[in-house]
Amino acid sequence: MTEKIKLSKKDFMSDQEIKWCPGCGDYAILAAAQMAMANAGVPPHEVCVISGIGCSSRFPYYVNSFGMHSIHGRAPAVATGVKLQNPNLSVWIITGDGDGLSIGGNHLAHILRRNLDVNIILFNNEIYGLTKGQYSPTSRQGTKTKSTPLGSIDRTFTPAKFAMGAGATFFARTIDTDPKHMIEVFAKASAHKGTSIVEVFQNCIIFNDKIHDEFTNRSVRDDHTVRLEEGKPMIFGKDNNRGLIQDGFHFKEVEVSGNEDKLFIHDPTDECLAQILANLDGVNGPMPLGVLKRIEVNTYEDGFFSQIDDQLDKKGKGDIKKLLMSGNTWEVN
Amino acid sequence: MKDIEQIVVRFSGDSGDGMQITGTQFSNTAAQMGNDLATFPDFPAEIRAPQGTVAGVSGFQVHFGSIEITTPGDEPHVLVAMNPAALKANIKDLKAGATIIVNEDAFTDLGFKKAGYLRNPLEDIEGFNIISAKITEQTKEALKDLDLDTKGKARCKNFYALGMTYFMFARDLEPTLKWIKEKFAKSPILQEANSIALKSGYNFADTINASAEVYNIVPAKIEKGTYRQISGNIALSWGFIFAAQNAGLDLFLGSYPITPASDILHELSKHKNYGVKTFQAEDEIAAICSSIGASFAGALSITTSSGPGIALKSEGLNLAVMLEIPLVVIDVQRGGPSTGLPTKTEQADLNMAMFGRNGESPMIILAAKSPSDCFHMAFEAARLSLEHMTPVMLLTDGYIANGATPWKIPDLDGDYPKIKTRFVDQTDLTDGFKPYKRDLETLARKWATPGMKGFEHRVGGLEKENETGNVSYDPDNHELMIKLREEKVAKVANFIPEQVIEGNAKADTLVVSWGGTYGSVHQAVKEMNYQHPCAHVHIQYLNPFPKNLEKVLRSYSKIVVCELNRGQLKDLLNSKFSLNAKGYNKVQGKPFKVRELVQMLTKEITLG
Repeated sequence: MTEKIKLSKKDFMSDQEIKWCPGCGDYAILAAAQMAMANAGVPPHEVCVISGIGCSSRFPYYVNSFGMHSIHGRAPAVATGVKLQNPNLSVWIITGDGDGLSIGGNHLAHILRRNLDVNIILFNNEIYGLTKGQYSPTSRQGTKTKSTPLGSIDRTFTPAKFAMGAGATFFARTIDTDPKHMIEVFAKASAHKGTSIVEVFQNCIIFNDKIHDEFTNRSVRDDHTVRLEEGKPMIFGKDNNRGLIQDGFHFKEVEVSGNEDKLFIHDPTDECLAQILANLDGVNGPMPLGVLKRIEVNTYEDGFFSQIDDQLDKKGKGDIKKLLMSGNTWEVN
Repeated sequence: MKDIEQIVVRFSGDSGDGMQITGTQFSNTAAQMGNDLATFPDFPAEIRAPQGTVAGVSGFQVHFGSIEITTPGDEPHVLVAMNPAALKANIKDLKAGATIIVNEDAFTDLGFKKAGYLRNPLEDIEGFNIISAKITEQTKEALKDLDLDTKGKARCKNFYALGMTYFMFARDLEPTLKWIKEKFAKSPILQEANSIALKSGYNFADTINASAEVYNIVPAKIEKGTYRQISGNIALSWGFIFAAQNAGLDLFLGSYPITPASDILHELSKHKNYGVKTFQAEDEIAAICSSIGASFAGALSITTSSGPGIALKSEGLNLAVMLEIPLVVIDVQRGGPSTGLPTKTEQADLNMAMFGRNGESPMIILAAKSPSDCFHMAFEAARLSLEHMTPVMLLTDGYIANGATPWKIPDLDGDYPKIKTRFVDQTDLTDGFKPYKRDLETLARKWATPGMKGFEHRVGGLEKENETGNVSYDPDNHELMIKLREEKVAKVANFIPEQVIEGNAKADTLVVSWGGTYGSVHQAVKEMNYQHPCAHVHIQYLNPFPKNLEKVLRSYSKIVVCELNRGQLKDLLNSKFSLNAKGYNKVQGKPFKVRELVQMLTKEITLG
């Protein structure tokens, strides 16, 4: 990527009319992502946004950059090809809970494990919106939809646990009702060298309205979520009076007062801590928002291009004519 | 010594007996002695099936001669059978009166039992010339003074057997001795052991001269030039490396392992210093999608697979059709449906290539005709895909992918045109960039890749508005775009060679073939023309067809289409041109035999 330049959100707005439902959480996510892209300072022609299929996957049409609205679930695979062909690009993958965790679960697992240097935004609204309301892998057990009139039977898929299991090097969570937090989290994701995945609690106003309300609604969210900040104690609650302390392999909720020196200090580079945070679901403790995990390991392209460079060093640039003449050849006169 | 024109030898043994190496050495020597030849390895789908069983038999057939050789041969004149299972698996294929060299040491009660024989089969075989030799014991004896364990000595028995065949066909030992020296450069003891085994086998056969006739096969009349042996999968890999270099692009391969296509992934992975990028994806879908991504970003992108994998790729293929970007998909066909016959050959994926996608989805389809032709057709696939900005499906099959023939190394500068890529330039920005604006001659759009300033644009699988590429559900626009994509592929006919007629062009009967059956059909037509002339058309460009094909087909009163499927090309020709072509079909996982084609054609012509 070239020198960081000064850009505004407008530089990343395309001329296409946005066709999401009025009131959809997607609008706020798009705006925050465009802000984060502008702040990152990578010019639009060096940004590439790849999506799969679903409401969220219309996203690339609305970003002024290179983009591809690919096929259902396959955005990570398409993005892998883009990045390996041109590693200088800033690549963003847009997916949803159905696209990323159901039809495209395999690709999501493998891109996380490979640690390609790309950014993934996973819009989680716990429903299939574009197909008009069927339960998704992240729907809570018992969810009644058109396809589950008697309630869904499947156990719920948790994106954080999926990501940890796949060996993700960066996992964060944010909410569509807090633009400032989204922009901050996207900026951290974009700065991470490796695959970053950000789950956004997104509201589907038509088919699953208010599903995340306890975590996203301004009037109650602070009591049910904890904002993770690196190096800072885990404090939450409307009055910042609740905190988390360690209790074996779990967290325990306590009053901050009197426990100040016992409060757990957030360290996203601690993988064990990340696992425990991934288990918090709002019932067994506050829902963690912010960066749960951020570790540094070599990216896939580090290895990919160092092998190529190494071969070039050892063998020189290959000449096809010499290759054709290699091994056993003979003359016919 | 007796001069003969052509001989077919099959080496056969346990999959751990080194028969592939033995066969390869035999064919390399024949090639270097100026013979024309064709080879075919035949190995089991199981990696190491139980030793000594028929399921574990691995074979390698070599057909060589002083005349033009176009197939690995119908019926072996000589069989080397390293155990009873190898005899059982092959005896029904042999020519009457064939010579069978057997390793007597493996012909024990246990060996008979494993092969499913009740007693020594050699006692019941009639009409063959059997040379029974204690190949294992004699190899060990010849190596008795070497500091090598007994197992290691016994392992050299394949070179002993090879030495015997070298005597029988007056072969030069030097090429193989040289190969042994290079192969075992790090182990002087193995160099010596294998060299001694080869020479000992040769001398032994000399000693028992009485029981084996020595055949002499003089060099074939072959066009002047520098030659090498090449298998289809390697030729194909090299063809794409060349095409990418010719076009000034990186070559990107996204692939997932599958028999019999994996060797292309293996080969290209060795050549990272040639501007080759290989990516082993998590599945077939990710393989094609990564290639689509790399193509979007400006690479010559290919993806390799076989039938079951191509089925998984069809949604990705359609995305490439819609995006109108270059992409070459290689289908190394095998026996189907489903998992079918993974290591056996068939050409039953033509319908899938033509029609196996949702919606109106025209695609350029090419097929290679021989192992060495894979180089040329890889170049053609890349050329058409890049110059016409649309995906190409290139069909080969297990038979030509693994089979090898001598190949006159082409003059890459003189024999091939320069591929013209369609990257955008600044003039495309004059009236604002329109991603789907087309070239009038080809209807191809231009290629703008991420990183090119001013060309930011979005593409996707939704229907495009003509020229702007914006999403459009307009009914008239949809029909227009369908027709434009169709016409774009149809116009490729202006950029491919006309159909060539082989055999006797003036005959009444036309034989039509495509793909890997060229060698057998070509040979059969040649033999037919001594008595019952017929013409032969071998189609390499299957969609669109060559411009003159319809006219050619209409000038024959009788058309027989020979295919290793149930009549897919025949149906296509009949429906497209309203013909009444007949089909000759075989689906046994095996190539056509020349003899069966000659019998069939003779019947067709004489019975009218």
